[in-house]
Amino acid sequence: MRVFDSELKELRDGIMAMAGIAEEMIDLTIQALSERSRTKAERVVQLDRQMDEWELKLDQVCVDLLALRSPAATDLRLVASSLKIVPELERIGDHCCNIARRATYVHPPILSGDVLNSMGNETRKMVRQAVDAFVSSDAGLARTVISADDVVDDLYGTIYRELLRLMMSDPLCIERASHLILVIKNWERIADQATNIAEEVLFILEGRSAKHTYLQDNPVD
Amino acid sequence: MLSPKTPETKPVKLSVKDVAFSYGEKKILDALTLDIHAERVTAIIGPSGCGKSTFLKCFNRIHEVTTAVKVSGDMLIDGVDIYKGGIDEIDLRRRVGMVFQKPNPFPKSIYENVAFGPRLFGVNDKVTLDVLVEDALRKAALWDEVKDRLKESASGMSGGQQQRLCIARALAVGPEVLLMDEPCSALDPIATSKIEELIMELKESLTIVIVTHNMQQAARVSDYTAFFWLGRLVEMDLTERIFTTPRERMTEDYITGRFG
Repeated sequence: MRVFDSELKELRDGIMAMAGIAEEMIDLTIQALSERSRTKAERVVQLDRQMDEWELKLDQVCVDLLALRSPAATDLRLVASSLKIVPELERIGDHCCNIARRATYVHPPILSGDVLNSMGNETRKMVRQAVDAFVSSDAGLARTVISADDVVDDLYGTIYRELLRLMMSDPLCIERASHLILVIKNWERIADQATNIAEEVLFILEGRSAKHTYLQDNPVD
Repeated sequence: MLSPKTPETKPVKLSVKDVAFSYGEKKILDALTLDIHAERVTAIIGPSGCGKSTFLKCFNRIHEVTTAVKVSGDMLIDGVDIYKGGIDEIDLRRRVGMVFQKPNPFPKSIYENVAFGPRLFGVNDKVTLDVLVEDALRKAALWDEVKDRLKESASGMSGGQQQRLCIARALAVGPEVLLMDEPCSALDPIATSKIEELIMELKESLTIVIVTHNMQQAARVSDYTAFFWLGRLVEMDLTERIFTTPRERMTEDYITGRFG
């Protein structure tokens, strides 16, 4: 394998490692929340440090590749998109920390475990599929992720309205409900991040931006 | 640089239709069809021996000076076939100038190098020649560096200056097309950067075709890039597209250094 190819592999492997940690953080966050587990919540925060370390490392790998290898075509798209995918993964880690830190503040439960877990599970599925689409260069799977964002957005809207209703009917649950609003907002953001990763995967594979498609149908210039 | 979103507004200057080219029995180019637009820079890339330089030479028939060659197909400049009867080869070479890999100034003064072409075409008036020489040297971004030593020998100049002198020499006869065959391969990065800046300025009024082995140079200076392999055109497109989303696997392998 050429040195350049091994450097590109190092980048891909690094992103897969980060994605693996992100998935582990999501799993732990869901468990911390449903089990009210401080230990699991603390583990999430510990893992976030690894995500930050990976971000610094992979940023440098990308800058080095651009400076020293002048990548073109698919290589260029991989490096350019990696510079965006890496921060998305890092933000997923941050959002998991935000949720996990609230694990002990949302009990006794005011929502059924199923309702709350549904958002975590849907979001986890999107992140996993986005990562799988990256690893296996699967454009179809990337598109599945993008369309799944609406499911999570709908869940967010439904649960948000339910929490508002609960707060209005019982002031004693306002504190827990406000924490839960932030929890679901963070899940919703993670789903957005999975969508962004899927859009980058499409750019790598197809060479066209998959973002803001309404602008591409009606170009400004 | 042209982008896929901007429609091409410049007319076709050079049109190549089903061109084949042989040195004796040896076929160098085959089935070439492409258009080159006026006031654009078109880069020709491809591995050594793929026919890039031969392709350039076809445009001013300079290969005919040395070798028996066979050309078939149509090569048009402004719609006129340069291989059909009635074309004055000397005038063709005035319209289609050429700059080579290694700077090749004549063993004459700086002034005489630039005045050589106009003199060949009958300009002998000193005042007119002075104007032509200054104008060509200015266009080649060399005037300020040499205006006080025009009578000195060109061989005392640096490599980068000599190459710009060769460009000035080509410009002095008022060409419409400038062919550049790896014009920076013998130059350091500073001289290379000056030539590249110059190319960007010259394309305002000239059609430029440049052969280069330097992928980054092709990406930096050209509007269109054509990839040649074994005497055939594999792919030609906007440079931005070739270097981000080439259509052909072979092009991608070549520009990313995985060829062969």
